[in-house]
Amino acid sequence: MSVKLNALFSDSYIDISQYRDQHFKGNRHDQEKLLKQSCTLYVGNLSFYTTEEQVYDLFSKSGDVKRIVIGLDKIKKTACGFCFVEYYTRTDAENAMRFINGTRLDDRIIRTDWDAGFKEGRQYGRGKSGGQVRDEYRQDYDPARGGYGKLAQLQRTSDVQHKF
Amino acid sequence: MSRRRHSDENDGGQPHKRRRTSEPIEIEDRLESLICRVGEKSTSSLESNLEGLAGVLEADLPNYKNKILRILCAVARLLPEKLTVYTTLVGLLNARNYNFGGEFVEAMIRQLKETLKSNLYSEAVYLVRFLSDLVNCHVIAAPSMVAMFENFVSVTQEEEIPQVRSDWYVYAVLSCLPWVGKELYEKKDVEMDRLLNQIDGYLKRRQKVHVPMLQVWTAEKPHPQEEFLDCLWAQVQKLKKDRWQERHILRPYIAFDSVLCEALQHNLPPFTPPAHSDEALYPMPRVVFRMFDYTDAPEGPVMPGSHSVERFVIEENLHCIIKSHWRERKTCAAQLLSYPGKNKIPLNYHIVELAQATEMLYMRLETMNTTCIDRFISWFSHHLSNFQFRWSWDDWADCLTVDLEKPKPKFVREVLEKCMRLSYHQRIVDIVPPSFSALIPAEPQYHYKYGDESSLPGYAVAIAVGNAIKNRASNEEILTTLKELPNPNQEEDDDEGDGFNPLKIDVFLQTLLHLAAKSFSHSFSALAKFHEVLKTLTESDEGKLHILRVVYEAWRNHPQMISVLVDKMIRTQIVDCAAVANWIFSPDMAHDFTRFYVWEILHSTIRKMNKHVQKIQKELEEAKDKLEKQQHKKVWKDEDEDGQLEEQIERLQEKVESAQSEQKNLFLVIFQRFIMILTEHLVRCETGSVDINTCWYKNCIERLQQIFLMHHVTIQQYMGTLENLLFTAELDHHILAVYQQFCALQL
Repeated sequence: MSVKLNALFSDSYIDISQYRDQHFKGNRHDQEKLLKQSCTLYVGNLSFYTTEEQVYDLFSKSGDVKRIVIGLDKIKKTACGFCFVEYYTRTDAENAMRFINGTRLDDRIIRTDWDAGFKEGRQYGRGKSGGQVRDEYRQDYDPARGGYGKLAQLQRTSDVQHKF
Repeated sequence: MSRRRHSDENDGGQPHKRRRTSEPIEIEDRLESLICRVGEKSTSSLESNLEGLAGVLEADLPNYKNKILRILCAVARLLPEKLTVYTTLVGLLNARNYNFGGEFVEAMIRQLKETLKSNLYSEAVYLVRFLSDLVNCHVIAAPSMVAMFENFVSVTQEEEIPQVRSDWYVYAVLSCLPWVGKELYEKKDVEMDRLLNQIDGYLKRRQKVHVPMLQVWTAEKPHPQEEFLDCLWAQVQKLKKDRWQERHILRPYIAFDSVLCEALQHNLPPFTPPAHSDEALYPMPRVVFRMFDYTDAPEGPVMPGSHSVERFVIEENLHCIIKSHWRERKTCAAQLLSYPGKNKIPLNYHIVELAQATEMLYMRLETMNTTCIDRFISWFSHHLSNFQFRWSWDDWADCLTVDLEKPKPKFVREVLEKCMRLSYHQRIVDIVPPSFSALIPAEPQYHYKYGDESSLPGYAVAIAVGNAIKNRASNEEILTTLKELPNPNQEEDDDEGDGFNPLKIDVFLQTLLHLAAKSFSHSFSALAKFHEVLKTLTESDEGKLHILRVVYEAWRNHPQMISVLVDKMIRTQIVDCAAVANWIFSPDMAHDFTRFYVWEILHSTIRKMNKHVQKIQKELEEAKDKLEKQQHKKVWKDEDEDGQLEEQIERLQEKVESAQSEQKNLFLVIFQRFIMILTEHLVRCETGSVDINTCWYKNCIERLQQIFLMHHVTIQQYMGTLENLLFTAELDHHILAVYQQFCALQL
């Protein structure tokens, strides 16, 4: 009676993604093992103005939240658009992946992904300018994430300088 | 330094599933996939797919019979929405291979016995339904199916059994009739009539005390909230009147009639329902939730009436789809929207017509059960947050004309409060019309009482404590600073000063939380840093109660903050669960007693208590298992190791008992306080000759029901104590009725 019918009951929303933390201390196998047991989620595409309270409220819908760590610009120490959400149980985290990932927080579609676990230092952006890497290179204008990407901002300033 | 590694490097133990030429596994996976996918969207017709698959499986029977049997049994149990697809498949296989058909039936019976033993009642229903549809496919002989039904219905004659047991067996029989009623009546009408008469008699005499507790609305109009068995019975009776003509179910076996009627049928072995045992957990009774009727879907296909069997079949199938695919929301939605037969029914109304549903639920708030209103609030605010909070609020302007405590304005206030949590105060101000301003939640600001109030006792110490905290004073230094405060509670000659001192708690916590008010994280850090001070100050029960009061006073405009702080304080054992319960029922909280956040806190507290007990019980079980394994393994006993484990088990046993005692006490406190405030209200109304049915009363009595329903598994353990100590015959009958309804759920 214990046939599981793998063909049927896919649960793709909780699969681990292709992303691997390049700063992770350990090998790929260790990281994947941790990802598959983790109760911690990375949450991306937040507005810089999204508060811890808002994150708490949304993510509490899939279970009790143990801790939230808001991602910070390494230089300015202000929110830079991501955070970690840690649950007490894996099941609650899985449900967040199934039902909260891809929905809106503060009017923005947010993205959640498994995280191997918060360690001191991981709350900081790794982009050259202090924020997230993605904000270094993007070309679009996003008022909730500091406007233009950093590179684009520099180009614009130099464009202006060249005019004179 | 590159961290990229080759994907097939042996990283330390992860065996690779690289297939060599393990064909059997591949074939088995393929068989599973073929069987699971039949009936899905395809370029060929369902009939030709079934024909093809039957051929493939027949050819594989010599080598893979057991695997095929297991897969088919599994799909019967787990894919009920494709019932008739698989019964047809089995029918075709049986026509080609009589022995296989027999073995399948036997396997199904074994599986049915196991699911019943394992308390998997919904799966058991699917299995019984599958067997009954096999009659339509000429696999099972109709008389033997009728015999099984007779054995099921004879459970109603058993003595001293819980009603939910006989309920289930009757339900199982009735729920098969849309599929097989016609065939059984054609072959055995006398027996079937007798069967239905027995069921009729049973349904007339069964008790229905539990129903009011489960109804969403207290009003009978516009749709009666029917008990589920009553509804199904009405549907079956109507079906019988219509001579068992059922037009909704997809029946692929009809196309194969010429092949199938040549097949030899099997007789079901006589099936005796397993005897009742104390471990049996029968499904709870339910009330059918109906919101729409045919008048709500004026265009397009007509909605089947509430007593038409189509309604039952559709609702069952939709329910099954959600149950099978809940993990994959896109697939689930696609499946729901591509429901076969959707052109014949107004599918949108069966699934949900959102705006209309919201409107209807809003209109019927006055008679809606409080628990359901909670869910409506949570759902609606979450929904709005995904749609820029756009809503035609003016449509609900009627809520502005009545007292703020009435259900409609109360609902809107709670929705706006929840919307604020997902956004921010100014946003809420912006999204509602100015006329709604009275319903907007307060700005979630901290209320520091020692701010400018230099006349308050303790003001000077508050300043000192504030400075001490900012200068990173130690816990001891803080306590010393606080020693200067007099104790308004104490005798003058009591020099100890270590007892409960409300002023110390007030000054310290108000100041600490004020300094940490910036965010949740700041507040949590503050609680952690000064944990020792807080524990010292709140050693007594009064201390615990007072700290909750202080938190409430300081953060009364930010209920979300109160919730997370209470949660943290329980987890770090600054307060205990009983203190939270007492605080909620205390006169200080009377003003907020009907607010949603208060009950979120209480239910969260109860859940934490339950999880705590479960955790220690699990540790105990694991230790016991470990000891058992250890004892079995050894040739000679290692006294020391065993002794250590035994000691650990003893300690864990004590821990479990102590935790369970705390849990029981928590429920006793809660129920006791409910009884007290409800009795007070009832007595006051009686003496004043006033109607008891105020908004407050409805809210309170439904909150009591909610405690029972939400934590019924845990509460069942303590029924004896509850009945002896609290829910005695002397209690006002209004309150006792709730207890009796709860007991009736599993009687």
